[in-house]
Amino acid sequence: MRFMMLMIPRGYEDAAPGTMPDADAVAAMMKYNEALQKAGVLLALDGLHPPSMGARVSFATGKPTVRDGPFPEAKEVLGGYWMIDVKSKAEAVEWASRCPASKNEIIEVRQVQEFSEFPADVQEAASGFKEMQAAPRRGTAS
Amino acid sequence: MTASATHRAIDAVWRIESAKIIAGVARMVRDVGVAEELAQDALVAALEHWPATGIPDNPGAWLMATAKRRAIDRLRHRKLLERKHEELGHEMELAQEMAVTDFDTAIDDDIGDDLLRLIFTACHPVLSAEARVALTLRLLGGLTTDEIARAFLVPEPTIAQRIVRAKRTLAEARVPYVVPRGDELAPRLGSVLEVLYLVFNEGYAATGGGDWMRPSLCDDALRLGRVLAELAPDEPEVHGLVALMEIHASRTGARAGPGGEPILLLEQNRARWNHLQIQRGLAALARSEALGGALGPYALQAAIAACHARAHTPEETDWPRIAALYDALAALAPSPVVELNRAVALAMAFGPAVGLELVDSLLEEPSLARYHLLPSVRGDFLFRLGRLGEARAEFERAASLTRNERERALLQTRAGRCGDVDAG
Repeated sequence: MRFMMLMIPRGYEDAAPGTMPDADAVAAMMKYNEALQKAGVLLALDGLHPPSMGARVSFATGKPTVRDGPFPEAKEVLGGYWMIDVKSKAEAVEWASRCPASKNEIIEVRQVQEFSEFPADVQEAASGFKEMQAAPRRGTAS
Repeated sequence: MTASATHRAIDAVWRIESAKIIAGVARMVRDVGVAEELAQDALVAALEHWPATGIPDNPGAWLMATAKRRAIDRLRHRKLLERKHEELGHEMELAQEMAVTDFDTAIDDDIGDDLLRLIFTACHPVLSAEARVALTLRLLGGLTTDEIARAFLVPEPTIAQRIVRAKRTLAEARVPYVVPRGDELAPRLGSVLEVLYLVFNEGYAATGGGDWMRPSLCDDALRLGRVLAELAPDEPEVHGLVALMEIHASRTGARAGPGGEPILLLEQNRARWNHLQIQRGLAALARSEALGGALGPYALQAAIAACHARAHTPEETDWPRIAALYDALAALAPSPVVELNRAVALAMAFGPAVGLELVDSLLEEPSLARYHLLPSVRGDFLFRLGRLGEARAEFERAASLTRNERERALLQTRAGRCGDVDAG
């Protein structure tokens, strides 16, 4: 099962553009990332620039409205994520618990929806399956 | 934390730590069977203590220290019984062992070597392939006997027996607990990679099945492959195998329709391929090639899979390159199945007549006599050459040979299509 560990650093919602984590925190985190990698569970990871460098596209009016960050209404924002492949939610939680996080940080653990979990009609809508069945494509010799 | 939550957490800790603990203890007791028992004892101790005390800050170090303490007790006990003089020196090592166990950072590097020893031991050629598979999943994958049994569709006692016998065989053969070196390394590594690929293929063949345990074997194999790639970073074939598994697994979401029916590679919706996984596979392949491993059997198969993965549409597929890679694979590891695949690549690159010529040369091959893909491929070539009557006969024969019901349905549909075209 794939899980995302979403890092939510409190205070990051107001962080100035270009804010970077300090060297000590990065060093501790690198060690943790290495442990994930050695265990064969790490699929991907990234850190995100603060919202003050981002934008929000909202659809309240039915049309996209773009607003540059920061976003005063946001209480929690993402600072980064890990994607891991583990056997259970408990294992994902155990990995999250081992993160050398600071007191202001929260990790939200969320399971990735796999295609095979979707009901058949959703799978069909998502895959264009019917058209492919109707006109099976054979490779052509060239 | 409630009792059941604690048990779930202990279970998760066990998944993460068990291989390391077995590996570390095995170096002390020089017997993977005994090491596993001692690790299990440590788990039982955790199950007794942790619900009351809470989970310790470093649960892995706690389990390791507990297991090693029991190992020392056991060795002392045996020494008292046997009064073996030479074990005194060994015990001094053990005392040192205990000293470093308290510094969990210090054991980090040793653990890598121990894990590697455990992998090579569990995959030792003295064991049959199925014994190696069961033992590897048990000792390194952290799977229970019941989980392995479900994954391989055999009764649990069969797997339990297999594991017991495998441990006994290793002990009786006095297999040393070491990482093979020199000339020994290549064949021993081959034995390890074979096990991982067997596990992967068992899961891959079952994708879309009702029981999630079987497809999850792919994840187990991939996880072990990634662990091995970290432990043996200079071995090109390890990266080649990881690349091959990543790229194949990237197609999981596209390989079956909503009803579970198989969808052939060229008909898959490529938007449903896992492109992040493809990137990991291509990166592993690049690593293998950078280490000079481009011509290893796993790297070659990965390179073939990569040709498909890089093509955004089936028409973009570089078939001449795939045919050339199959030529290299056929020269390196000749087999009728590789020849059959080479025929498909040649047909795609240079036309069905070229493919048919090679396939026809395989018709007398005894090992393919009951292999459904031979008539299936031959039927496809004949179909494309417009020889529909012959094509239908081949599809029908292929349908009668396959044991997979959904595949049979697909082949019967293709046979029927030959009829339709005839009539039209």
